[in-house]
Amino acid sequence: MKNSRWLDYALTIIVLTILWYGASLLLGSQLLPDPLSVLGRLLHAVREEIFWEHTAVSAWRLAAALAIAFMTAVPFGLVLGSNERLDRIFAPLIYLSYPIPKIVLLPIILMLFGLGDLGKIILISLIIFFQLLITTRDAVRSLDREVVYALQSLGANRWHFYRHVVWPVALPGIFTSLRISTGTAVAVLFFVESISTSRGLGLYLIDAWGRADYTTMFVGIIALSAIGIVLYEAFDVMERRLCAWKNL
Amino acid sequence: MASSPDLLAVTGLGKTFGPGTHQKEVLRDVHFHVGYNDSLAIVGPSGCGKTTLLLMAAGLLPPTTGEIHLEGESIRGPSRKMAVVFQAYGLFPWKRVAENILLGAQFQKLHVSEEALTAIKRELDIENLDHLYPHQLSGGQRQRVALARAMLLRPSLLLLDEPFAALDLITREHLQEHLLILFKKRKFSFVIVTHNIEEAVFLGRRIVIMDPETHGIGEIIDNPNAGTTGFRTAPDYFSKNMTLRHLIEHPHEKQPLA
Repeated sequence: MKNSRWLDYALTIIVLTILWYGASLLLGSQLLPDPLSVLGRLLHAVREEIFWEHTAVSAWRLAAALAIAFMTAVPFGLVLGSNERLDRIFAPLIYLSYPIPKIVLLPIILMLFGLGDLGKIILISLIIFFQLLITTRDAVRSLDREVVYALQSLGANRWHFYRHVVWPVALPGIFTSLRISTGTAVAVLFFVESISTSRGLGLYLIDAWGRADYTTMFVGIIALSAIGIVLYEAFDVMERRLCAWKNL
Repeated sequence: MASSPDLLAVTGLGKTFGPGTHQKEVLRDVHFHVGYNDSLAIVGPSGCGKTTLLLMAAGLLPPTTGEIHLEGESIRGPSRKMAVVFQAYGLFPWKRVAENILLGAQFQKLHVSEEALTAIKRELDIENLDHLYPHQLSGGQRQRVALARAMLLRPSLLLLDEPFAALDLITREHLQEHLLILFKKRKFSFVIVTHNIEEAVFLGRRIVIMDPETHGIGEIIDNPNAGTTGFRTAPDYFSKNMTLRHLIEHPHEKQPLA
């Protein structure tokens, strides 16, 4: 299973590279650099400290944003999902604020939290927060009544309820949500890094674009995509470990 | 007959669901009692409030009216003297069998010796399932795991909600016999809710017949020879089956057959 997964990845990369090569022949390497020259530039870039600095800054922002969203949305979702009264109080607020495109809050957040890392991290977490909150809450809500009765009849207290039922029931949904959030998080990261920053892969990419250095721009695209893929795979591995009962 | 003091006493129990004009009365003025090392079967058609009754007795659902006493104490929530076995097993799919079995004892901080654990697993024939998850087990195995988990709590009263309803006939009869072996050896009392007439007759020393029209008890019949594994071939078993069937099919005729 594991081997076939890597094989799938390898085959996909080969197919994409061939298509890319064909497209660059059609469009001309001025507009779309061919994969071999991008690979050459990438091998060059990875030997430069500045490339790793950009990558590290972007990775840190993403990781911090995901961690903050996780640590705030998950406990909140677990409580709302298992407490009808609280859920009724917060539901209108959530329904109203969920569809608001949080990205439009960018100026306000940057004004409040500054142009540094904090503002960017908070904006990304805010966007992921709602998705994670709703998935967690709904996963807990889907809990079978009999499971709750069974737990109560065994003499469980409130902590046991969260620890042994609510958390394991919600976990697969949380991982799905985190995986989906990865794509959104990278997109928002690119956006905020293209506006106001001195470091980050978004800037690296936009800067190359501005200089019409399309080969370097593609190195930036590949690096940002790689971060997304690594995060996605990490969540996948964690889910398979922690939710083994679901995948048998 | 009931010279021994009551373990469980249910008096004037009623349950109404829903608010205001949407109220639905499920149970009205239910009375019964269960003695020590006694067994009671509650039988009736689907929707007559059997499960609601059992959940209230277990302290899992608050009654609208009436009282439940266990050994003289009023029941206001789950009690350590009771254990419950559910129709859908009540096992936690994310926990292996070994963890599921010990969960109640763990919550109640009961010490379970290695010997006690091995003994119950042997009695219920679930010795080699520790590392499996519930969905890797058959229905019969799952219910035996649920029974083992309940037994480790050393309850005075075991409440069973249609525990064998989802099982095939052979497995069901096998598990009924397992329950009786435990009953004889471990000296608890049990209340079983069932819609199966044979099961009620085989297991219940008294059988409560629910009346869906009055939302109360239609009849209580004594069945003193039940609760032994040999009862299934006794002449009394067949006559009691006939009586019970008649009472369920003709609930307002007061003269039973036999």
